[in-house]
Amino acid sequence: MMIYAKLFWEFFQTGLFAVGGGMATLPFLYDISDRTGWFTHAQLADMIAVSESTPGPIGINMATYSGYLTAGIPGAIISTLGLITPSIIVILIIAAFLYAFRDNEYVNGAFYGLRPASAAMITAAGLIVARVVFFGVDFANGVNLKAAVLAVVLLLLTHVITFTKKLHPVVFILLAAVVGVVFKF
Amino acid sequence: MRLLADLFLTFAKMGAVTFGGGYAMLPILQREIVDNKHWGTDEELADYYALGQCTPGVIAVNVATFIGRKTAGNIGGVIATLGVVFPSVVIITLLAGVIQAYSSLEWVKNAFGGIRVCVCVLIFNAVIKLFAKAIIDKKTLCIYLLVLAGAVFLNVSPVVFVICAGVAGVILKVIAK
Repeated sequence: MMIYAKLFWEFFQTGLFAVGGGMATLPFLYDISDRTGWFTHAQLADMIAVSESTPGPIGINMATYSGYLTAGIPGAIISTLGLITPSIIVILIIAAFLYAFRDNEYVNGAFYGLRPASAAMITAAGLIVARVVFFGVDFANGVNLKAAVLAVVLLLLTHVITFTKKLHPVVFILLAAVVGVVFKF
Repeated sequence: MRLLADLFLTFAKMGAVTFGGGYAMLPILQREIVDNKHWGTDEELADYYALGQCTPGVIAVNVATFIGRKTAGNIGGVIATLGVVFPSVVIITLLAGVIQAYSSLEWVKNAFGGIRVCVCVLIFNAVIKLFAKAIIDKKTLCIYLLVLAGAVFLNVSPVVFVICAGVAGVILKVIAK
């Protein structure tokens, strides 16, 4: 029982202090590993690879995985609940204020500035992924042609060809997975 | 009750088909939440992403809580969040035993090589859509370019950009008038 309470508390703290998305939880996980010995640094490295290549938010996947390593299936559930509890509380409080002040000109002014900033930060995140996908770890290696061709095909399918434009994103994800296997990406 | 079930299932579905975290979820959110269910607008998604950057926790969870709350109150916020994490918990728990072997298989690596290209294209498409709603004049274009340059070249927390952009918005919109 103690281990579940400890697990919840550790991930509650991670959820409360990791600001800026799933990868921001990583330093906290290293810290938990150092202090508790529940999982090793090597296991953490595997966890990142697995979390990126399974569906779902990366931060959640890592919490579930480390909870599982620590205390089995109940551990997986408890660490995930620990991670999301502070988020839910904070967001519900912010949302309550947000809607109360929806028509306030200061709030509207803030969002006028926040929306382009949000678009810019998502662009930057996309550029980081794109750099690794199209150039690998080093620009000197030149562009990955297979990836570039697939990207152009996907752009055509999602913008130009009327028949495929409206399909669910998961269709394109599956298509890309098949292309990846067939052409050995 | 039906709305809550709908929230849970919709967010569980999105959690199950998102590879690569909160940003990769944006195109799927645009389709499900804005186009299909009409639970929010593109502008609101941009707002939630901005706030999700500077509030604690995983961005996908923060966005789910916002949309759930807006659609069905506080309980909706909790249900949508549980929905979005549900597939992760099930999949990771199922895979945890065999995961080492699975992630080193050649064909699995190749498949994810392809998926990563697709995730890039989907994020690009989502950004175009968001850009059209968020960049409405020269001032917002300036904010976009400054934050983009900062996020690419400077190693600072997103919290800094969010606070600066919010303050800039108030100054440009309210005080400059």
